[in-house]
Amino acid sequence: MVLVFAESPRGQFKKSAFEAVTYGKKVADMMGVACEVLTLGTVQDAAQLGKYGASKVLNIADTAYNDFDSQEQAAAIADVAKSRGATVIILSHSSTGKSISGRVAIRLDAGLVSGANALPTISGGAFTVTKGVFSGKAIAEYAITSPIKVVSLMGNAVKPEVSGQPAHVENITTSAAKGRIRVKSVKTQEGTVPLPEAEIVVSAGRGMKGPENWGIVEDLAKTLNATTACSRPVADSHWRPHHEHVGQTGIAIRPNLYIAIGISGAIQHLAGVNNSKVIVVINKDSEAPFFKAADYGVVGDLFEIVPRLTDAFKKFKANQ
Amino acid sequence: MKLLVCISQTPDTTAKVSFNNDGTDFNAAGVQFIMNPYDEWYALVRACELSEATGGKVTALNVGPATNETVIRKALAIGADDAVRIDADPKSAAYTARQIAEYARSQGYDIIFFGKETIDYNGSEVGAMVAEYLDLPYVSYASKLDLNGSVAMLEREIEGGIETLEVDLPCVISAAKGMAEQRIPNMKGIMTSRSKPLSVVPPVAYDEPVKATKFTLPPAKAGVKLVSPDNMDELVRLLHEEAKII
Repeated sequence: MVLVFAESPRGQFKKSAFEAVTYGKKVADMMGVACEVLTLGTVQDAAQLGKYGASKVLNIADTAYNDFDSQEQAAAIADVAKSRGATVIILSHSSTGKSISGRVAIRLDAGLVSGANALPTISGGAFTVTKGVFSGKAIAEYAITSPIKVVSLMGNAVKPEVSGQPAHVENITTSAAKGRIRVKSVKTQEGTVPLPEAEIVVSAGRGMKGPENWGIVEDLAKTLNATTACSRPVADSHWRPHHEHVGQTGIAIRPNLYIAIGISGAIQHLAGVNNSKVIVVINKDSEAPFFKAADYGVVGDLFEIVPRLTDAFKKFKANQ
Repeated sequence: MKLLVCISQTPDTTAKVSFNNDGTDFNAAGVQFIMNPYDEWYALVRACELSEATGGKVTALNVGPATNETVIRKALAIGADDAVRIDADPKSAAYTARQIAEYARSQGYDIIFFGKETIDYNGSEVGAMVAEYLDLPYVSYASKLDLNGSVAMLEREIEGGIETLEVDLPCVISAAKGMAEQRIPNMKGIMTSRSKPLSVVPPVAYDEPVKATKFTLPPAKAGVKLVSPDNMDELVRLLHEEAKII
């Protein structure tokens, strides 16, 4: 059996949960086994996970699991994996998943590959899976040789696919110990898709000359339903909030489309964005290193080009 | 206060990445190695700050061969009081985690620090594994850490936001940007680093459940297609018809 842990921050599933279930279902099909999904705490509409391939959803409704606690969550996942006889456990390579996956692997004496970027290859007893390494500069293939395997899935590595009907939700109980982590508050940006989940990202750098000029970037992002991002110097100068910083020290992302405006493309920046499927670079300097990593480039004055591009997208959308 | 900072040696950020032996080994020829930036800038510096403020001791730990001692001495120059090197050439996060856990188990550390991930294998695995071996709470991607008696006050990065938490010591954390500012070793630090204790410990036997079997380079980009700045309709058309992304 394949067991997927579907994260539900503050009771809601995000895209990463649907991706993990879709992935788990495909792995289960390859192995000819069922895909069951575990949710923890108070969750809204757990049955919908059936649409992405869960044959059954198991929920431990204990409110002790509503908040982040890597130790308690990992213990619950490992206990359920054992009692259900799971041989493959799938998690999201999210902020919470990164705190949990390694713990689950140790509890189950299992090999872990974190941040998988594709489906595994399963042939005979061999189970191999690939992931990006060296900050996107290479791809590694790992063989997991233990009887139980744990894989955490990189965001945007697979597309959520609806393949079935809502699933039966079975409530189960475990004995949650009193945790040693207490969540005091959570602050999130409302109304925008978080960067790691965004399919289109519009990002800008020092070429913008100052924070007062960001209107054209925001207009473009709004037209595309995109999330805005920025380079490190921009965040360090407080032109934009830190949570927008993408790159090696900031957030690593892999959207379908990354539009880089006035960013030269230092290697540290590329390390965080080079897994984007398509990269568009707009820069006045035709020698900017970013053009080497780009699929499409526009050389010229961004203050003229960006509004023109926004208009072109608006026209395109109106004609769709 | 006893603090352990686990440091990794990684190729420099700008290193050219290539592989030997039919893609099974990293080609280290001509590559400069550094302390993993997150271990150095955030984990080590914050541990030193806390130790300096509360009167504690910082131990830097590396699982690696003798050639890693240059990087270990740098940790001592930045402010660690002593260092431990577990004499092995780790091939996986699981192996490294097991070695660290076996060493740390009997040492009574209040906080065990890691960087958020290494810039070579990007696993973000070792901290969680060590925490599980030692039955300790673990918070990854912490961007702020203060102490209030025996409680760590933390902020951690979550998707699209920040979570504020309290964690009982002892605990394990991984450090992200925001926790501290990079510290350049001063002359006194560099001088004293040479005489600070560095002990070498043998590894414990461990069968790795995961093995890297092959490394490949991503397919080269076809090259940038330049679009006239006067024709953004053409760029939109290419994104729609050619890239099929919108």
